[in-house]
Amino acid sequence: MVNADDIWKFLEEVEDPEIPILNVVEMGIVRDVQWREVHNNWVVTITPTYSGCPAMKTIEEDVMQCLADHGLNEAKVETILSPPWTTDWMTAEACEKLRQTGIAPPEKNSADKGLLMGVRKEIKCPRCHSKQTTMVSQFGSTACKSLYKCNDCLEPFDYFKCI
Amino acid sequence: MIMKHRDYYLTIADTLLILGQRLSEWCGHGPAIEEDIALSNVALDYIGQATALYKEVSEKAGEGKSEDDYAFLRDAWEFKNLLLVELPKGDYGYTIARQFLFSTWYYHFLEALHNSKDEFLKGFAAKSIKEVKYHFQHSRDWMLRLGAGTEESNSRMQAALNEIWEFTGEMFINSKAELEAIADGTGVDNAKLLDVWQRIVGAVIQEAELTLPSDAWMQKGGKEGKHSEHIGFVLAEMQFLQRAYPGSKW
Repeated sequence: MVNADDIWKFLEEVEDPEIPILNVVEMGIVRDVQWREVHNNWVVTITPTYSGCPAMKTIEEDVMQCLADHGLNEAKVETILSPPWTTDWMTAEACEKLRQTGIAPPEKNSADKGLLMGVRKEIKCPRCHSKQTTMVSQFGSTACKSLYKCNDCLEPFDYFKCI
Repeated sequence: MIMKHRDYYLTIADTLLILGQRLSEWCGHGPAIEEDIALSNVALDYIGQATALYKEVSEKAGEGKSEDDYAFLRDAWEFKNLLLVELPKGDYGYTIARQFLFSTWYYHFLEALHNSKDEFLKGFAAKSIKEVKYHFQHSRDWMLRLGAGTEESNSRMQAALNEIWEFTGEMFINSKAELEAIADGTGVDNAKLLDVWQRIVGAVIQEAELTLPSDAWMQKGGKEGKHSEHIGFVLAEMQFLQRAYPGSKW
């Protein structure tokens, strides 16, 4: 008989469809794994990174597939909105993986309100670590990223924005 | 089962859906690829937020409708969106001006909605505001860049502001559904958001070297289902597939 810890372990096999170097557990997308008497089954709770994240359906299907691969054909997946996903839930290991892939990880503290006043954070180039970077566009290849360029090494890069 | 604040939920959802649909018209037509992507991302956020609300209504209102039915199978007079969001997308300056005026209101609306007694709306507000903060910043940046840009960009931004202005008043009045929601602590009193909105909008307009349009007669009616002719065109495009091929699935 599997327990919740086993299932958490299984779910590490599920890649984030848009950033496949990360799995859905280290992204903080999986919120809970619970045995529910009412369903007489396991329920995996997931939460979207962004409301309009087009990968959500795929993630749900991939989670179901992963559970089925481990013999849990009847398990359920539930989506919740609250509490809202935040980049603060991404593990340090996940941030390091992002950096190594050339994506600048989120600068901590999603509660920062400076954004409203037009204050910008200092974003370090994931390649040469220079702080001399410029934002090219607020929205990058996916909703969760912005496009930057490094003024020193001239490398364009994605920044995983804080929310 | 009767959902007490069904119409309040729909008022918010319809505004988001229609604006998302309007913004998505830029997909493949943006002035630069970054902006094409930016507006498509913003559109996705709105449509995702609207979907969450329709889903909740579909589960709680007991009307036997799916979340898609609310988007694709209602006619113009059943939509409760702001008139502001159904206006054609115009040129890029026009779209930016609308985004700026709208997201300044919407950000503060969500901040207030976070105090709602309705647990779902409270969670919805906490989730959405994180996204809207970026929408606001994006539109503010472009207001400044275009307003204080060239003579041409400045005059186009000014023309856009002048044209849109009369549609901004509706954000600050409360419809019947909104008044009912305010009464029991579910909804946000829009009238209370006017001060902060005027302060931020005024400051950015000034910094962008633009002129605040003079007070005009303010249009209203969208939230009560009385729309401009434009809504018909939005719905025609958005709903075509489900009307022509009922029940077809993606």
